[in-house]
Amino acid sequence: MQRRTILKGGAALGFATMMGGKLALAQGLEKVKVGFIYVGPIGDGGWTFQHHQGALAVQEQFGDKVEIVWQENVPEGADAERALTQMALSGCNIIFTTSFGYMDPTNAVAAKFPDVKFEHATGYKREHPNVSTYNARFYEGRAIQGHIAGKMTKSNKIGYIGSFPIPEVIMGINSYFLHARKVNPAVELSVVWAFTWFDPAKEADAAKALIDQGVDVIAAHTDSTAPLAEAAKTGGKVIGFGQASDMAVPEYMPTPRVTSIIDNWAPYYIKRVQALMDGSYAQVDVWEGIPGGEVLIGEITDAVPADVKAEALAMRDAIAAGTYHPFTGPINKQDGSAWLADGATAPDGDLLGMNFYVEGIVGDIPS
Amino acid sequence: MLRLEKRPSPSRTWQWATPVLAVVLTMIAGGIMFALLGKDPVEAIRTIFWDPLFNPQFASYSRPQLLVKAGPLILIAVGLSLGFRAGIWNIGAEGQYIMGAIFAAGVGLALYPVETRWVFPLMVVAGIFGGWLWAMIPAVLKTRFNTNEILVSLLLVYVAQNILASMSLGLLRNPEGGGFPGSRNLGQIPAMANPELIAGTGMHWGVVAAFVVVIAAYVLLQRHILGYHIKLAGQAPRAARFAGVSPAKLTVLCMGISGALAGMAGMFEVTGPAGQISIDFNTGYGFTAIIVAFLGRLNPIGILLAGLLMALTYIGGELASFMLSLPSAAIQAFQGMLLFFLLAVDLLTNYRIRLKKREIA
Repeated sequence: MQRRTILKGGAALGFATMMGGKLALAQGLEKVKVGFIYVGPIGDGGWTFQHHQGALAVQEQFGDKVEIVWQENVPEGADAERALTQMALSGCNIIFTTSFGYMDPTNAVAAKFPDVKFEHATGYKREHPNVSTYNARFYEGRAIQGHIAGKMTKSNKIGYIGSFPIPEVIMGINSYFLHARKVNPAVELSVVWAFTWFDPAKEADAAKALIDQGVDVIAAHTDSTAPLAEAAKTGGKVIGFGQASDMAVPEYMPTPRVTSIIDNWAPYYIKRVQALMDGSYAQVDVWEGIPGGEVLIGEITDAVPADVKAEALAMRDAIAAGTYHPFTGPINKQDGSAWLADGATAPDGDLLGMNFYVEGIVGDIPS
Repeated sequence: MLRLEKRPSPSRTWQWATPVLAVVLTMIAGGIMFALLGKDPVEAIRTIFWDPLFNPQFASYSRPQLLVKAGPLILIAVGLSLGFRAGIWNIGAEGQYIMGAIFAAGVGLALYPVETRWVFPLMVVAGIFGGWLWAMIPAVLKTRFNTNEILVSLLLVYVAQNILASMSLGLLRNPEGGGFPGSRNLGQIPAMANPELIAGTGMHWGVVAAFVVVIAAYVLLQRHILGYHIKLAGQAPRAARFAGVSPAKLTVLCMGISGALAGMAGMFEVTGPAGQISIDFNTGYGFTAIIVAFLGRLNPIGILLAGLLMALTYIGGELASFMLSLPSAAIQAFQGMLLFFLLAVDLLTNYRIRLKKREIA
């Protein structure tokens, strides 16, 4: 691993070119070792699977010029700090930490390895210049799911399996509910908290609890396919969505999986590794969504009526074009107080700190 | 034909040889598993057992980490071993560990932002009390209502986990954390932190406590009447009763000690390596300590070595998982094999294998 730091100025650059391109440009790396820290197994079929697809895309793109390493099932706590340190010691140039709970460990280890770049998914702390954060606007996809849920429910009861009551999850619940209510004023939402990102047994239990309550559309903010597997047992009565990954396997199609939110991390990973290679790498805080292609909507199956499908696709296109924001006022908070005035759209700051339900959702956020 | 013959008394040689044999067998079976996964078995075993100690790139970091990882395991396992010897089965150390951490963090955060260093010892006491209290539930239920302490202590782990989640989201949540679950970072509050005592050694107060507890338990078992009672109750319950050992008192005592030590481990973890109360603060030390206790033959010195070995498989396993792209499930299976082989070859302590000719009927 070679790190060129003093090649500044035209003369040096010319010299470098004369050397037959053997020397990289200022601070660019010839070969990059990329590390990934995963919260679940790469075979979870959802969140971690999708990050790993991004990792494999980096390998595909750069071939011999990159080396990819990863570690699965890293607990979000003291063990994460060790896993990160060991990865940095092993010579990684850039490490992606792909779960919210790695926020403090990422910043702590970044302080000790100023030459290594750290990229933390879904967090907000950038305590050191070598820490960047990246996230995706999943709530945009939730709006489309909510629309479909509101149109498709027969019991007027829709459900949501929450992982942890953090803003990212709460904004998904709100977006889902708002768009279901908009097309179906009778719709009611039940939220079950699993308090885990990946635990198929708990996720299945949560899905069962919702189905027992009469819920017939389930959205999940957890990482496995277990909620879909539970929905599949009802013989078409209950539908759900692919979460984080397309989950478009034949057993789940055309129902219960009627569409999906796909986290498309590959372009971002490739861009960041590329930046490290050509020396243009800089600290960022990225929050892209459907317009930037970070959030994709998976195929909408034939289980969804054609008109509903057309409306869902129209909403996707409007979000992509920037003409529609899923949080457009008037929207009140659960307690009836005003949040967004008529026509106003939610500022990012409000979303990133969201700790309230919107009006109409019954129940409390655990606290 | 092979035949098992019961030994008149357990073999002392095998008692110490079985853990070593179990490790060797684990390496062989694990090697086969790694080979089937398409990895070089020798390299995998070397990465797990050798690299954390001697790899020039990592060892200076991994070696101290062994202590960090082994500290809580040893602390909990020593406590459990006392009860196990007396036939008192505290399976819920994980819950006591959680409660110790919650009590300690609760006391510390209630006094925030106090700056006197006296907060730390106070938190240690609170941690010990929390773990002890949680262990007293199964102990009292057993002595009063004759419930099964295995079930009660185990189920209380799940109760503790829910309390932990509720604390992270409610009472102990960091008011400056932007609504995210988890307490303030105790590791960053000087009066409450449990930092590395000597930089680069991994030594924190919890590791010191683990060493002290190993020595104390050794002395207790060898020199103290209580140690004698514990051993007697386990080996000959009736004789113990005749000797005046009250089973109820012993239960309360053993459960109390193991709970207190687990609570203490939780306290040192939450103020040190973990840093904060969070929903997934516990990572299974309380359960792994059961393996450590048995791997160490319920002997304090044995537990010290077993704790270090277990820590080695964890840290080596992590290295192997990202350096060789081994799935984490394979590492867990590898650790599971260790307990499996230990229990299997334990047979040799009490039985000997005899060759027997088949008799013609």
